[in-house]
Amino acid sequence: MSKPITVWDLPKEEFLASGHRMCQGCAAAITFRHVLKAAGKDTIVSMPTSCGEITSTVYPHSAWRIPWIHVAFENAAAVASGISAAIEALKRRGEIPKEKDINVIAMGGDGGTFDIGFQALSGTLERGDNVLYICYDNEAYMNTGIQRSGATPLGAWTTTTPVGKVWRGEWRPKKRKDLIAIAVAHNVPYAATATPAFPTDLYAKVKKALSIKGPKLMHVLSSCVPGWRIEPEKGIEVLKLAVLTGMWVNYEYENGTYRVTTPVPKRKPVKEYLRLQGRFRHLTDEDIKKIQELVDAEVEKINKLVGKQVIGPVEG
Amino acid sequence: MGKVLPLGGNYAVAYAVKACKPEVITAYPISPQTTIVERLSEFVANGELDAEFLHVESEHSALSVAIGAAAAGARSYSATCSQGLALMNELLYIMAYVRLPMALTIVARALSAPINIWNDHSDFMSVNDSGWIMMMSSSNQEAYDEILLAYRIAEDPRVLLPVITAMDGYIQSHVVEPVEIVDDEEALSFAPKRRSWVTLNPDKPVTMGPVGDPNWYFEFKRQLWEAMKGSRAVFDEAVAEFAKKFGRSYSAIETYRLDDAEVAIVGMGSFMGTIKAYVDRARKDGIKVGALRVKLFRPFPAEDVAKALSNVKLVGVMDRALVPGSPTGGFLHSDVACSIKQAGLDVRTLGYIAGLGGRLLTMDNVRQMVDVLLKYKDSKEVPKEPIFIGVRE
Repeated sequence: MSKPITVWDLPKEEFLASGHRMCQGCAAAITFRHVLKAAGKDTIVSMPTSCGEITSTVYPHSAWRIPWIHVAFENAAAVASGISAAIEALKRRGEIPKEKDINVIAMGGDGGTFDIGFQALSGTLERGDNVLYICYDNEAYMNTGIQRSGATPLGAWTTTTPVGKVWRGEWRPKKRKDLIAIAVAHNVPYAATATPAFPTDLYAKVKKALSIKGPKLMHVLSSCVPGWRIEPEKGIEVLKLAVLTGMWVNYEYENGTYRVTTPVPKRKPVKEYLRLQGRFRHLTDEDIKKIQELVDAEVEKINKLVGKQVIGPVEG
Repeated sequence: MGKVLPLGGNYAVAYAVKACKPEVITAYPISPQTTIVERLSEFVANGELDAEFLHVESEHSALSVAIGAAAAGARSYSATCSQGLALMNELLYIMAYVRLPMALTIVARALSAPINIWNDHSDFMSVNDSGWIMMMSSSNQEAYDEILLAYRIAEDPRVLLPVITAMDGYIQSHVVEPVEIVDDEEALSFAPKRRSWVTLNPDKPVTMGPVGDPNWYFEFKRQLWEAMKGSRAVFDEAVAEFAKKFGRSYSAIETYRLDDAEVAIVGMGSFMGTIKAYVDRARKDGIKVGALRVKLFRPFPAEDVAKALSNVKLVGVMDRALVPGSPTGGFLHSDVACSIKQAGLDVRTLGYIAGLGGRLLTMDNVRQMVDVLLKYKDSKEVPKEPIFIGVRE
């Protein structure tokens, strides 16, 4: 294994310009920035309708210093497949130099991935198209004002799972669908989770994904200041806590092998993650216990996949 | 010149697409379009056509792939109809606004419900405001030739709009006619790959499909109007060049025995063959009837239509798609009536709805249509509601 990189090793060049309209503390902006640092200049991005899309390309402005396209909401993966196919064909005809590597990345939110873009994503993955699909997951439809998505976690308040006398936030009793397992079930060569709170991990995974030909998927947890009801300066802290509590595990799948990239020998209680966020403020100790149980089960599942206890028990 | 082959409309289109050498082909199977992409698959499988072929999971993804491919600089192709076209719907508008060229074949078929795989024009007409150039053939040779015209017009830097070429499902798609196939080199010299549009190129990065807020959205749409309007001259140039090169001449409209006609039937597609045959029969009986076929539907050839009908007393317009609740019941009738009105002519129109969901048009049906025209040709009032031809009342 190569020497671990530090933030000082990341390229200085910026491909996401400042002056975009994303919120202060927006983790999606930091995700895009680091994805592009890893991908570099020769990259084309296909983006579905999302908060990242509308805040970065209000005509006549654009924050993207690489070629970028938005077509619709449910098709970022298919558009990326078309781009990738065109590059392949134009290379064969010598219109694009054969030796020129052009990265094709589709980058969408959880709504555009878990829900409305799911079918097109499955098509891209099963055909084996040479595309890196990145889901930046802020766990609800933040663009339209914090509505519940297929990625919204148990107990979370959203504007369509409000807290009232009958409803107490999102009620799906199980962990949300497992995007990495879904990608792996499509027999992709590489899939990984990441979060911009661990930028070198995110960077290294994008680099590795782009070095592999075929369909790749990355699932990136990305906090949302207004949607998670947090202060702008807590955007990264909350993502760190997600990893330290086991609520989120940074790991990767490569050709049949799973590897946790951010081991957590002793977990913090999940309560510390939940209590930082206004969207979970209504949860009772009983509710939190249920979520803790879900997280424990998920951690156990991942430890089993890796074959050893990389994520430890809750401390104290 | 090439050779003549016996081909159904779908195979004819497949041969034309092969000759134009698209880099990316993508489609989802739907009757009666399937044999186009089956034949194209064979061409690619045999190494006769070097293209990326993407087997997508829906028509929505088919057009999404085509948009991505065109955005990256490739000549792309797809074919669909009916529910498949409906599933593509939002993307049609987007592709026209982003100003990306491609050719898309619609093998015209009824829209559900009830589910019906047979021919009418309800799919074609449903996208008439999408910003695509739209043409419809009435023979398999014309269906073949329209593909060559489509790529030439779409990729013309003065146009840069996607083009729909349509033909009637089954009546054309699955009926064999002699079709002259031109050499690939000839096809490509007529419709050269001009690479004339802005593409996603890392050496010259652009943002495509940005947000158009109230301060800019309107200007994009205004430009689309100009592009569509300007495409007519390019169409005329293309058909003139086509006639010179291949000896077959087309125009935005086709007129038949209209010069001294008192009444005329206007329509589109393969039914016009039956109508022309009936016109010949009626002429023998001394009835002054003519016909007009609209080939180019968008941009609509309003001046040509009005001019061709200027000496007719009464025009019957046949729509093969119903617009419930509209003043005329059909898009074609509305556009023809409007063209006549804009030209300031004193020519009246009435409308027919015919051939929905694969209901065939018989000579007797056409006789009814002409009889209605003869009945009202000298009267002040004509029926305002469409006359339904060949339906059980």
